[in-house]
Amino acid sequence: MTWTIEGSTGAWEIVVGLEVHAQVISKAKLFSGASTLFGGEPNSQVSLVDAGFPGMLPVINHECVAQAVRTGLGLKAQINLMSRFDRKNYFYADLPTGYQISQFVHPIVGEGKIEIELADGTTREIGITRLHLEQDAGKLMHDQDPTRSFVDLNRAGVALMEIVSEPDIRSPEEAGAYLRKLRQILRYLGTCDGNMEEGSMRADVNVSVRKTGEAFRTRCEIKNVNSIRFVTQVIPIEAMRQIEIWESGGEVDQETRLFDPGKGETRSLRSKEDAHDYRYFPDPDLLPLVIERSWVDELAAALPELPDEKRARFQTEYGITAYDAGVLVAEQATADFYEAVAKGRDGRSAAAWMTGDFFAALNRMSRGIEESPVSADALGGMLDMIADGTINGKIAKEVLETMFETGESASDVVERKGLRQVTDTGAIETAADEIIAKHADKVAEYKSGKDKLFGFFVGQVMKATAGKANPAMVNEILKARLDG
Amino acid sequence: MLTDLTITTAIDGLRRRDFSASELVSAHIGAAEALNPRLNAYITITSESAGAAARSADEALAKGDAPLLTGIPLGIKDLFCTAGIRTTAASRILSDFVPPYESTVTQKLLHAGGVFLGKTNLDEFAMGSGNLTSFFGTVESPWHRTGDATPLVPGGSSGGSAAAVAAHIAMGATGTDTGGSIRQPAAYCGIVGLKPTYGRCSRWGTIGFASSLDQAGPMTRSVEDAAIMLGAMAGFDPRDSTSSEQPVPDFRAAVNRSVKGLRVGIPKEYRSEGLSEEMQAVWEKGIQWLKDAGCEVSDVSLPHTEYGLATYYIIAPAECSSNLARYDGVRFGLRVPGDSLDEMYEKTRHDGFGEEVRRRILMGTYVLSAGYYDAYYLKAQKIRTLICRDFINAFEEVDVLLTPTAPTTAFGINEKPDDPVQMYLNDIFTVPASMAGVPAMSVPAALNAEGLPLGLQLIGRHFDEETLIAAGSVLEKAAGFTARPDIHAGVAA
Repeated sequence: MTWTIEGSTGAWEIVVGLEVHAQVISKAKLFSGASTLFGGEPNSQVSLVDAGFPGMLPVINHECVAQAVRTGLGLKAQINLMSRFDRKNYFYADLPTGYQISQFVHPIVGEGKIEIELADGTTREIGITRLHLEQDAGKLMHDQDPTRSFVDLNRAGVALMEIVSEPDIRSPEEAGAYLRKLRQILRYLGTCDGNMEEGSMRADVNVSVRKTGEAFRTRCEIKNVNSIRFVTQVIPIEAMRQIEIWESGGEVDQETRLFDPGKGETRSLRSKEDAHDYRYFPDPDLLPLVIERSWVDELAAALPELPDEKRARFQTEYGITAYDAGVLVAEQATADFYEAVAKGRDGRSAAAWMTGDFFAALNRMSRGIEESPVSADALGGMLDMIADGTINGKIAKEVLETMFETGESASDVVERKGLRQVTDTGAIETAADEIIAKHADKVAEYKSGKDKLFGFFVGQVMKATAGKANPAMVNEILKARLDG
Repeated sequence: MLTDLTITTAIDGLRRRDFSASELVSAHIGAAEALNPRLNAYITITSESAGAAARSADEALAKGDAPLLTGIPLGIKDLFCTAGIRTTAASRILSDFVPPYESTVTQKLLHAGGVFLGKTNLDEFAMGSGNLTSFFGTVESPWHRTGDATPLVPGGSSGGSAAAVAAHIAMGATGTDTGGSIRQPAAYCGIVGLKPTYGRCSRWGTIGFASSLDQAGPMTRSVEDAAIMLGAMAGFDPRDSTSSEQPVPDFRAAVNRSVKGLRVGIPKEYRSEGLSEEMQAVWEKGIQWLKDAGCEVSDVSLPHTEYGLATYYIIAPAECSSNLARYDGVRFGLRVPGDSLDEMYEKTRHDGFGEEVRRRILMGTYVLSAGYYDAYYLKAQKIRTLICRDFINAFEEVDVLLTPTAPTTAFGINEKPDDPVQMYLNDIFTVPASMAGVPAMSVPAALNAEGLPLGLQLIGRHFDEETLIAAGSVLEKAAGFTARPDIHAGVAA
């Protein structure tokens, strides 16, 4: 179903394209040997090249090129064996050379695609226009001094991948799904950490509106939106602003805007007339970037399994639902953990325990799966004890909880607390007989047709055995006595 | 006199202990200090560090394993960054800039034992053909018309280096050539100037003017000296993506290489109207000298020559407009405060750059602007490809080209044309080789009737500087150019 906004003249469709700036994971910057670590003292990670000193020249960092190619492969995109770096010229204090080295005309990666899943279970394909490499700028600090601004060049020259989508996105939900999926792919590939709070992933959101079936209308670009939540917030806000302009007989100007999440509005940064003339031209300090097909093939062969493939494999290999598989592949670490648990065990049971009590416990502790006090081995050990009948599912919940608290193995918890399941027929029969004798009235009711009371008897027997009785045996023994 | 020696003879003299490096260097420093107030060839003379370097050179020579250029006094164009020594590009904007790093070319010269006498004057940011645009003042050529004291330009942009070498206040000097900045001043000053193949010498640490054209090279008083210096300056540098991995040959060995059977091309398009009769006559002489040495001379065509200058004056300013954006007053160099960032930029760059540099930045900004890019920059790049192809085609028929270096001899400092385009015409014969990236060398050939030097230019295939050196040696011997400027070391200024 098409997502629309109802205006006074009828329904409006939104058209959204995203430009994502993803900071490349690399030890050194795109064109200098300086470190890329986040959070260093201001200007502690700056080379003479980054600071634009006279006579300094850029030299391409091949690891950044490899990362861009890996990302292109992960986006099922065309890899361009010849690409070129251009200079984007403008003056600003955070841009030491007065130009940003980018790839304007010939990007390293061409058209690709991302498949997104929506809440209603449907999927959609969002086209990728291109991916190119470029340098990040430095940072201005306006709060250090009453009259002056300070410049921190630690980030200047760090490699970014600009990933441009086609204007295929039609709802805020799709925009969010696109960003989450892109981030997931980048993280799987290890090419960007996707951390929007630290600014290592930022989005420029292009928004326009139209009546269904129309050609595109004028778009506005909302710069530097720094969380997925803000992206989904700003789209309807900006769309509504444009609808109001169109419906009042006005004309939307093509311009760059900023999102003010506090006020819930966008405001103009610069209009088309004030747009910079960037005077792009090929950077004469750099030769065209030529890469070999064989190298691309090597990178492709070494690529990790990506989320879509992994999810499909989990479904077939472990027999789990698409939904569970989707949850389990969301993060590489979770998927790895699941596989370690599921290998050689019942995959469905492993999935149920992980998506249920295990995640719940981690959430309560506000911990990521990497810091889980219960290792994949330990969780697997617990599943083994269920499988071989040492404990039942109910006791297992208690065991897992204790494992989270103490870090013990399941078998240690079971031994220490004496939680071993009762599979001794005699003991269960004794308990069953006692319960039946004690509740003659209920037995009579049951026999007169109140079938539901069977559960009551099971519960009572379980209670009498402190939950340790094997539930299947309890059922069998009670059935023989009550129905016989 | 020690200042009479060439690099070649001084290398031998030092090893024979005829004199020490300290004596050699102090003779040059003394002469430089005496003549510089008049010539203004040096922006900075580094007497102290030169003296210390000379003493180290003597120690190295005493040990017996000193590299080739040990103790040789050199001038360094003030476009090469020198660690701890002010490097200005002859601009106000860098007038107090002391780089904490050494350019690759000067590092290589230091490694080869060279002693730096100081930093030589140039046109501001190497933009000019007369050394008239330096913030540190005009350089006066050591040459004068016979019986005429009118001060003349040394050519440019490496005019300080040319004047210093011609006046014997440097034994050799580095230059940089973007459209003729080594060859044209070499011709005006009666010395040898070699612009190597683009990529032969690293550009790292040399202040950029037009990245796709800039190339460092030697300026000396003999072809052999140029070969020696180039050998020390050249070589692959991983810090410059455009530097070539081509192995560096033994350039000096090419000095005595026979040119018998060498095919010499005379580009007919260079017989242009602006060429003086004297220059035409010297050119014919040069052709004869090469024939006499056994070369086969024939006419060749470089059909796109006429577009060379116009194309150059689009591409070079375009690159310069971007390369010079870093001089913004934020991190180093001059800062003129303003009430806003934009105002600081405007004031700093207005006050920091001279008129010619500002003109070229504006031209370059214009040709790269939206709406003009295709008509100017893109078209110029296409023509540049055609010019390059002209040379490649010509070099299928011949091995080397012979042309004049400049249309005329040096002009008077106060005779400079008001029209900047007139000034740009000085580069008409040197620009095409720069556009194509091929090596070219100017060799002094004769004096004109007024007693001023005229140079001949040899242009070779990419990475074939050796043929230039072989043919250049032949011209040098045949010309027997021994004239000295009226101002030189040992003569009162």
